[in-house]
Amino acid sequence: MQTQSEIGYNSKIEGDVVITRIDAALAWFQKNSVWPMPMGLACCGIELMAVGASRFDISRFGSEVMRFSPRQSDCMIVAGTVTYKMAGFVKRIYDQMPSPKWVIAMGACASTGGMYRSYAVLQGVDNIIPVDVYVSGCPPRPEAVLDALIKIQNQIGTEPVLSKLNVVAQLTGAAKS
Amino acid sequence: MSNLDPASQLKAKFGDLISGPTGFRGEITLKLADAERIAEVCEFAKTKLGFEYLVDISSLDNYGEDPRWTVVYELRNLTNNAELRIKTNVSEEKSELPSVLGVWATSNWHEREIYDMMGIRFRGHPDLRRILMWEGYPYFPLRKDFPLAGKPTNVPEVAFSEIAPLEGGPFVTLPGSGGAVSREPRVRTPEE
Repeated sequence: MQTQSEIGYNSKIEGDVVITRIDAALAWFQKNSVWPMPMGLACCGIELMAVGASRFDISRFGSEVMRFSPRQSDCMIVAGTVTYKMAGFVKRIYDQMPSPKWVIAMGACASTGGMYRSYAVLQGVDNIIPVDVYVSGCPPRPEAVLDALIKIQNQIGTEPVLSKLNVVAQLTGAAKS
Repeated sequence: MSNLDPASQLKAKFGDLISGPTGFRGEITLKLADAERIAEVCEFAKTKLGFEYLVDISSLDNYGEDPRWTVVYELRNLTNNAELRIKTNVSEEKSELPSVLGVWATSNWHEREIYDMMGIRFRGHPDLRRILMWEGYPYFPLRKDFPLAGKPTNVPEVAFSEIAPLEGGPFVTLPGSGGAVSREPRVRTPEE
């Protein structure tokens, strides 16, 4: 007697194809592999390490690949106090990241300058780069950073990837001609 | 106390240049009248008195007084754990004194920091660049006449700074007893 165990995907019932929009598929790929650029500048950087470590485990959301090269990362997590001396380098690293890219301002200092109202500290990293999600806290709990990442993912999930690519192609084509 | 002994040896060697010692909670402070002799005094303290470790150099801004600057050297003898503090005054017009880099190599960054924050130059320092702020920053931010909020600057392609919104600050606390209202006034008023 022939027995057949159905494991996982049942092609008899569900067919050989999955039908979706290519925009949705691309967005799904993209949002589940957001590679962070850890911009650890102060004590928030320590908490960012906890986000990556086993207890909170950022890899549950596909973001375990902390890239220390801006050219291989999608989301810059600015964790800590941005001094004026460092501000130029933060901007430069952001400019080196390939598009599309997102920014999380982690903690009070990165969001607003925090308690450092002085001659040395930039009053919020949004003065130099566009920020998608601000995380409050000094430092924020790791769960708050994961929440910010989920917010980024939801935002990516609604973005029309292909039409964006068309726009980029038109722009670069226009630049070449 | 054994701490008084190096003080009297320094006084015997340099005479009237050294005044003190004044003690506070077991810490000994000597005052050097002529800042130009600081390297000589430090050399003697290191080689003859055993203060082989320079803990720190710091500087004070006595704004409105003359001489304006006080440079403070904190020395430690690692053999018998004796500590010694040497203070010397520098006038604002001069704003310069000899480097003690020939005595303790560690004074390199201490002197750079004082130059960066207070604008006091150390003669004979081989690399007197700013250490915290960037090259081209025109102010010395720990001076009393520099506002806490900062001043706008711009060095294209290097760095910039803007005035921080203090929102009624800087917030201060006053030492001593009394209620929290009198001890922690919200802001420092100009007449204080």
